[in-house]
Amino acid sequence: MAHSEYKRHKGRIITPSFLILLLLSLTGLALIALRFYKGLGAVSNMSDGYPWGIWIAYDVATGTAIACGGYAMAIYIYICNNMHYHHMIRSAVLTSMFGYCLAGFSVMVDLGRPWNAYNFFVPSQWQINSAMFEVALCVMAYSTVLIIEMLPSMLFILERDHWSSSNRILNLLQKVLSRQRKDSISKYARMIRPKLDKVLIFFVVLGITLPTMHQSSLGSLMLLSSSKLHPLWYTGFLPLLFLINCVFIGFSIMVLESIISCYAFKRPYETKELSVISGVIPWLTLIWFGVILGDLAWRDQLDLIFNSGKNSFFFLLQNGLVATGSYMLFFERNRKSLRRLFLSAMALVAGGALYRFNVYLIGFDPGAGWSYFPSLAEFMVTVGLISIEILGYQLMVKTFPILPRLHHDGHPDDEIRSVI
Amino acid sequence: MVNPSRRQFLQILGLGGASLLAGKSATASEIHQINNDTVGMLYDAVKCVGCKACMSACKRVNMEHGGLSYDKAKFDKEGMWDAQTDLNGNTRTIIKLYKESQQRWSYVKHSCMHCQKPSCVSACPVSAMTRDKVTGIVDYDKSVCIGCRFCQVACAFNIPRFQWDRANPQIVKCDLCKHTHLTKTGTTACADVCPTGAILFAKRMDLLTEAKSRIASSPDKYQKHVYGEKEAGGLNHLYLAAVPFEKIGLPVLSDKADANFSETIQHTIYKGFIAPVALYGTLCFIALRNKKKFYKQKEASGKGCVSCEQKGDK
Repeated sequence: MAHSEYKRHKGRIITPSFLILLLLSLTGLALIALRFYKGLGAVSNMSDGYPWGIWIAYDVATGTAIACGGYAMAIYIYICNNMHYHHMIRSAVLTSMFGYCLAGFSVMVDLGRPWNAYNFFVPSQWQINSAMFEVALCVMAYSTVLIIEMLPSMLFILERDHWSSSNRILNLLQKVLSRQRKDSISKYARMIRPKLDKVLIFFVVLGITLPTMHQSSLGSLMLLSSSKLHPLWYTGFLPLLFLINCVFIGFSIMVLESIISCYAFKRPYETKELSVISGVIPWLTLIWFGVILGDLAWRDQLDLIFNSGKNSFFFLLQNGLVATGSYMLFFERNRKSLRRLFLSAMALVAGGALYRFNVYLIGFDPGAGWSYFPSLAEFMVTVGLISIEILGYQLMVKTFPILPRLHHDGHPDDEIRSVI
Repeated sequence: MVNPSRRQFLQILGLGGASLLAGKSATASEIHQINNDTVGMLYDAVKCVGCKACMSACKRVNMEHGGLSYDKAKFDKEGMWDAQTDLNGNTRTIIKLYKESQQRWSYVKHSCMHCQKPSCVSACPVSAMTRDKVTGIVDYDKSVCIGCRFCQVACAFNIPRFQWDRANPQIVKCDLCKHTHLTKTGTTACADVCPTGAILFAKRMDLLTEAKSRIASSPDKYQKHVYGEKEAGGLNHLYLAAVPFEKIGLPVLSDKADANFSETIQHTIYKGFIAPVALYGTLCFIALRNKKKFYKQKEASGKGCVSCEQKGDK
């Protein structure tokens, strides 16, 4: 990787938003402590009919799709040969890393007997028929890969003689560690980074293979619930639909993330890049709709679209959002407008995420007498985890070179200047 | 630049799609057969008098091994009664009353169906749910269970229950007294205490014969169907009743086991782990080639970013 493409965002770490996020994070962590002390029922509204609530439906099933920015960008850059968008990968991978690590953390909160989780590493206990087994191993492996992909940016700072003068965290570290220890860290960083840079591409590709596997398996999980999941969503194509869904969510979230972080950090917008990247989305959603509608037609159940009451509403809402977003992106004129890009990406992420909610919660009916709506505490745990994610993102981009460097030196791809 | 990349992209998606399509059309590698030599139970709702002796026997016998305790009713400060209202983290079996009118009503007993092809076993990632090949008993081992509750999501009958109110919870479900009463007496506690012969424990084959002869001897009393004979790929807990089965909480299911369908898809994609490895190899090849091409182009054009060229990517 060419490290000069990225730069550390210079800015204060402690800001009002930092403090609000910190408060929310701590609330979430306190509720998690309560959950471990008193049991899952004390905090959540989950029941034997709805054994999975928003911690799985949002944090895992939807959260990992929203964290697919790194996956989508890696496909786009390395596989579809758009290497000149290379400078956007680090921020994408960083959000993916937080998204996946938090999904993993969330699972540990949700598991009833997390102390037995080591059984995933005991081959005699492996149950290879289980899509859950596949998801668990792949998510663990992918989180590791994402951390490895982030390492070079950290090593790049750590290998310097002076870490930083303007960043509080690095300053603090520098003060706490003895001179000798700091130097040895720098020495190791200098040693590891060139080697890591050389093999990094193999991790990047692993970072494409693993999500392909587990994102489709997230759909396979629900194949066992034919009598509970509404036929609008229950189909043998669930794995394929989940896969396409995570890719278009991944591209959309890249658009959103780029716009939001440029706005928040007062950087020039990457409109040109985004207009090209978002051009892929309509084609993906076209295939997605083709599979959904073709499958319903083949099963002769198209009438369900309008005759299923609450389920029809959410099915139409999900498809309406995705269709609106991708229809807008079909036109280059819209793709070049920052506002329309933002709106269409919002619609796509909302619709795509709603699809996953529909499959995991809304279209899931365990039978008469059961109902589920998340409790406030359950909701606050999720909010707390999202806050940790955003906090971590802020800290990381202010500490390590992750955001694209703004070129003023005649870089060939430098159309950014016109925006400035 | 845009068009070729888009085409390539679609190719990749098509690849994934094709493998999934293959999964849908392929037949199950191991076609599931009903094994009638396994053991199970027959519950006859017509003979049941609702005495609940089965419930109390079940809890007494399995209390310690199953991690059960008594449920207190709100009014009952001293804890004189065990007052569960449904299967739950303390209850493996329950008798319920379905009442349509003063003349038409039926008791029903709920407990694990011990499916021939159980979804919970297929779902469990760490083999905490297992089905004994010889006896057909679906058993749960809390020492490996991670508490993910996928078994609950997967079970069409909502049988596995979770202890929501405990910091050290487990799944609770009937194991046909495999570790308790069955080893001592050769039968289950509920069948042992049933005063009317409404609960029988035997080989599936004999249970089916008995069920069919009961229907034949008094056809006006029974629905002409043994619930569980074929449902969901065959159950080892069979039911007879006077009222339609869906009215007493037994869902209408097809003869196919969900687990067969999902495992066929999983197996097709992951057979011998060839597809993932092939995918990885292909992607590595493409990515390396693209990377090389990109830096070559940059060098050739000579106006690349200075630092990019210096560090390059070797």
